[in-house]
Amino acid sequence: MIAYLLRRVVFGAATVLGVLLLLFVLFFLVATPDDIARKAVGEKALPEALAQWKVTHGYDKPRVWNPARPTDTMLAEHLRRMLTFDFGRSDADDTPIRERLRTGVGPSLALTVPLFVVGVTLAIAVALLTAFLHDSYLDRSALVLSVVIMSVSILLYIVGGQYVVGKVLRWFPISGFDPSPLVIARFLALPILVGVVAHLGQDVRFYRTLFLEERGRDYVRTAAAKGCSPAQTMRRHVLRNAMIPILTDVVIEIPFLFTGSILLESFFGIPGLGTITVDAINANDFATLRVMVYIGSLFFIVGQIATDIGYTLVDPRVRLE
Amino acid sequence: MAPHALSNLAVAIMAAAALALIATARHRPWWRELARDLYRRRPVAVAVVGVYLLIGGLDSVAWVGGTPPQGDLVAQYEPRSVIDRLFPPDFRESSYSAPLAANEFYGGAPLRFPGRHLLGTDLLGRDVLLQTLKGVRVALLIGGASSLIVIPIALLAGMSAGYFGRRIDDVVFFVIATLSSIPALLLLIALVMALGRGTLQVCIALGITSWVGFSRVIRGETLKLRELDYVAAARALGSGHGRILRRHILPNLMHLVVITFVLLFSRLVLSEAVLSWLGIGINGSWGQMIDQARDELARDPVVWWNLGAASLALFGLILSVNLLGDAVRDVLDPRTLRE
Repeated sequence: MIAYLLRRVVFGAATVLGVLLLLFVLFFLVATPDDIARKAVGEKALPEALAQWKVTHGYDKPRVWNPARPTDTMLAEHLRRMLTFDFGRSDADDTPIRERLRTGVGPSLALTVPLFVVGVTLAIAVALLTAFLHDSYLDRSALVLSVVIMSVSILLYIVGGQYVVGKVLRWFPISGFDPSPLVIARFLALPILVGVVAHLGQDVRFYRTLFLEERGRDYVRTAAAKGCSPAQTMRRHVLRNAMIPILTDVVIEIPFLFTGSILLESFFGIPGLGTITVDAINANDFATLRVMVYIGSLFFIVGQIATDIGYTLVDPRVRLE
Repeated sequence: MAPHALSNLAVAIMAAAALALIATARHRPWWRELARDLYRRRPVAVAVVGVYLLIGGLDSVAWVGGTPPQGDLVAQYEPRSVIDRLFPPDFRESSYSAPLAANEFYGGAPLRFPGRHLLGTDLLGRDVLLQTLKGVRVALLIGGASSLIVIPIALLAGMSAGYFGRRIDDVVFFVIATLSSIPALLLLIALVMALGRGTLQVCIALGITSWVGFSRVIRGETLKLRELDYVAAARALGSGHGRILRRHILPNLMHLVVITFVLLFSRLVLSEAVLSWLGIGINGSWGQMIDQARDELARDPVVWWNLGAASLALFGLILSVNLLGDAVRDVLDPRTLRE
């Protein structure tokens, strides 16, 4: 088992390197430092101004190969800084990126963690119910409703939610954020509601399929034959064994909790990591964007390794590989 | 060649290709039964998608000439499509107007075309119905073109990885792992920022972010198909790898291709709507309409027709394609895609 873990970690490290290389290709080779400088300084800037900007922001070195000193290239610099989490300054407004990340993590988590917990719980509950009442009117209407919910763009949920709940019913404020613990729930309630509803359709469908598959298995039939009530079978056998694939799906989502929901944050005015990303897009801030993508992937890879380790603990068949 | 002439040529080629395909497919039971099953299960969805395709096709056929616009000399030489010609040229007001209204929304000044804007006009005075119809073509382009980018790449990568195995499999798997480690929306944003904000670039970005999942499925299927008896027999008879891939493996992957194409379509169109909202989408899409209409619900009195028309059009297309995709998947029934 140690060998398996070691292999996983090495593969994870290789993937991180792959992601960094991809980022380098995208942001230094495809979008050249000249483009970045021009976007920051202005389209009609003088070459001296562009060169000056590039020096202050560290874009002046040779990109891949420096014949004089092979380690003094932008590629080496990029790799070194990302791996040591020395993120430097933003291209747009020169603030240290690490500071912005630190202030942004809190609001992001405050939004995504409740959203995740409520969303998954609700989806599992509905899916379990519809699988239990398979082929009934409830099941079929839930299916149709799932497809309909899935087909509406999340943008419309956001705009609709803001309009109906915020303006017409006036239950919650339309946007904004206040971190004090008494008021925070008011500002988060609407984005959480919108986020849960928007993903409910596809989640219910997915979990329902898993539950139905489990329900069709032989051991469930045996349990029923031995006298387990339908409710007991669902709870003790189907739910427990379907949790393994559900857990995989769920744990994969956990890293994304940190990167924040880009859309929900920017349109409900929550100052988290998602807003930082949107600001970076609007300001053509490639430095911050690089860091956000890197962070996102890092969390995802770590999460995947954690899932695999978790698998070896939960599923004894994996341990014997 | 002028862009509208290229578009006309493309439409002509696609129509000819479609007719040719239908002519050959009529003799293949697989396609015939697929079509018949789809008609039977979801006639409404098929009809709705057909209507969208028709509108998109009509909007792609454009030419110069016809009635001169009122007092505008330059616009006379702009190509106008069949959809454009259903409306008077330069069909604009100066600002908002409600559907079928005779006066402007704010201020009450009389309109240039009173009572003829069936869905009203937007902030810049453009007719909402015309914009919605023109958005059909953009949506079909996004879904179709990006899928056409995704499917060959995924097939190539997946088949090579599954069939040749070992080294090639490792390389492809590494690329897949790298790309899928980056959250999709972030990767999409990074690609569009790096490539630039044009229609082709957005399609390429959408393609690059979407091929990974499909190629994993293809790889799995190819691994299974490789072990089948008739493949071994073909090898024994001396067929080269290329021939085996083309004649034995690829045709057995076609059902996955069809299902993935339909399911991918709606995902891509919705992704583009999100990109438009972030400001990096394609011009003229419904996502852009929704983005521009973002603040309208906050106005007093409420301006609802712009957002409503774009949303309904988007919803109609996506729902029909989703229902069709489910029907296709039920008919072709691969357990591989249900995971």
